[in-house]
Amino acid sequence: MPDLHEISLIVNGVVREVTVPARRLLSDCLRHDLGLTGTHVGCEHGVCGACTILLDGEPARSCLTLAVTAAGHEITTVEGLAGDDGPSAVQRAFRECHGLQCGFCTPGFLCTATALLRENPAPTDEEVVEGLSGNLCRCTGYQNIVKSVHRAAELLAEES
Amino acid sequence: MKPPPFDYHAPTSIEQALAVLAEVGAHGKVLAGGQSLIPLLNMRLAAPDHLVDINRVAGLDAVEAEPGGVRVGALARHAAVERSAAVRSAQPLIGQALRLVAHPVIRNRGTVVGSLVHADPSAELPAVLALLGGSVRLARVDTERDVAAEDFFVGPLESATEPGELAVSAFFPALGRRTGTAFVEVARRHGDFAMAGVAALVGLDDEGAVMSARVACISVGPAPVVVDVSAQAPDWKAAARAVQDRIEPEGDIHATADYRRHLTGVLAERALTQAAADA
Ligand SMILES: Cc1cc2nc3c(=O)[nH]c(=O)nc-3n(C[C@H](O)[C@H](O)[C@H](O)COP(=O)(O)OP(=O)(O)OC[C@H]3O[C@@H](n4cnc5c(N)ncnc54)[C@H](O)[C@@H]3O)c2cc1C
Ligand code: FES
Ligand code: FES
Repeated sequence: MPDLHEISLIVNGVVREVTVPARRLLSDCLRHDLGLTGTHVGCEHGVCGACTILLDGEPARSCLTLAVTAAGHEITTVEGLAGDDGPSAVQRAFRECHGLQCGFCTPGFLCTATALLRENPAPTDEEVVEGLSGNLCRCTGYQNIVKSVHRAAELLAEES
Repeated sequence: MKPPPFDYHAPTSIEQALAVLAEVGAHGKVLAGGQSLIPLLNMRLAAPDHLVDINRVAGLDAVEAEPGGVRVGALARHAAVERSAAVRSAQPLIGQALRLVAHPVIRNRGTVVGSLVHADPSAELPAVLALLGGSVRLARVDTERDVAAEDFFVGPLESATEPGELAVSAFFPALGRRTGTAFVEVARRHGDFAMAGVAALVGLDDEGAVMSARVACISVGPAPVVVDVSAQAPDWKAAARAVQDRIEPEGDIHATADYRRHLTGVLAERALTQAAADA
């Protein structure tokens, strides 16, 4: 039996203590050990983007990060995007613009778009496409997803 | 798809990291950004007994101007290097290449030095280091050596880094006077590894005549293929033909060998034209 590691992760603002083998992927740690199944797992080699979370505020692939590497760091998953008063502007924009169908890819898109708009509150079409280029969606079609990000930018501007 | 089990080490200083690497030798692997190694672990294409995670090692993330160039530390992520003012002013080719490396999210974690050590024949940064004649600094307990790019890239996914060694930084020479650069490539989808790609470096003399012209080609050999085309300059069509004669592309599911050769010719002409215009 390989060594187990006791680590603490700050997930969506809450300190979570968890015991994992070193090989535990952050994606599996979130889903299996912490029960946060909002983070989806598609390809497990970095290509699809479904598992994208925010690591210290920056989007990262949780399937390409070991939980032990993330120890002590802040993680935001899709479950942490909504505020006390309901879904975030990015989430509302995706709903309004039909930015999702089956929803499998959506947690990754939401996390990626949230960070994108934080860094660049009024992105051009090109910047949105470049920013989302690492996320695959198999059903919505990207038009509505791009539209959702622009709409989220509007909502954020109105609310600030 | 889960990584096989391994013993995990998380040193917090370079000394500790080197001590662990010396102890585990050929049974150990360094974990930097994990953007190449973790896919290999997930697919069970790699199964090291020991993983030495350098993400907590202090002092490895520096990106600093040095006389004649810029030095990039082992924990400098692609994204940080892309944003670095020191890099932008010393050597624009690094930024031109980084924009073509994967997607922004991957660039948040992947490291420049990790990409060099990984030595993927389709990767952009090894071509940049080879074209510029840069070097990688390898440390082991009590000693250090600088390996020139031409000796560093040994073969596909094989660099000169030996068991027990940590690549601590890479040095990229600065752009010379009246010198231009360009990096162009063709990939199936934006952000994918390129089917072919060419980096070019063109230097002019005071009269504006081409003094030197060189390209580095990716995805068409076991390591980046550097070709000096100063003799053909400024006939970039002839230069492209000379490049096509030197490469040894192989076919795979993404592109046939002939197609890669064709692409490399077109891209070489384009890159040289852009670099000359930029000089
Ligand atoms: C979807 C996807 C697309 C990608 N597309 C591209 C692309 O188009 N072009 C491209 O160039 N790359 C691409 N990459 C790879 C990416 O650039 C990696 O970040 C990079 O190749 C490796 O850097 P890393 O820090 O992640 O290294 P790791 O994955 O941590 O390590 C890679 C290898 O290098 C060794 N290593 C790393 N650092 C050191 C060190 N300091 N000393 C000794 N050994 C070390 C490791 O032991 C391992 O063998 C892609 C990756 C993904 C997931
Ligand atoms: S599951 Fe992580 S990128 Fe596909
Ligand atoms: S909504 Fe189904 S994969 Fe994107």
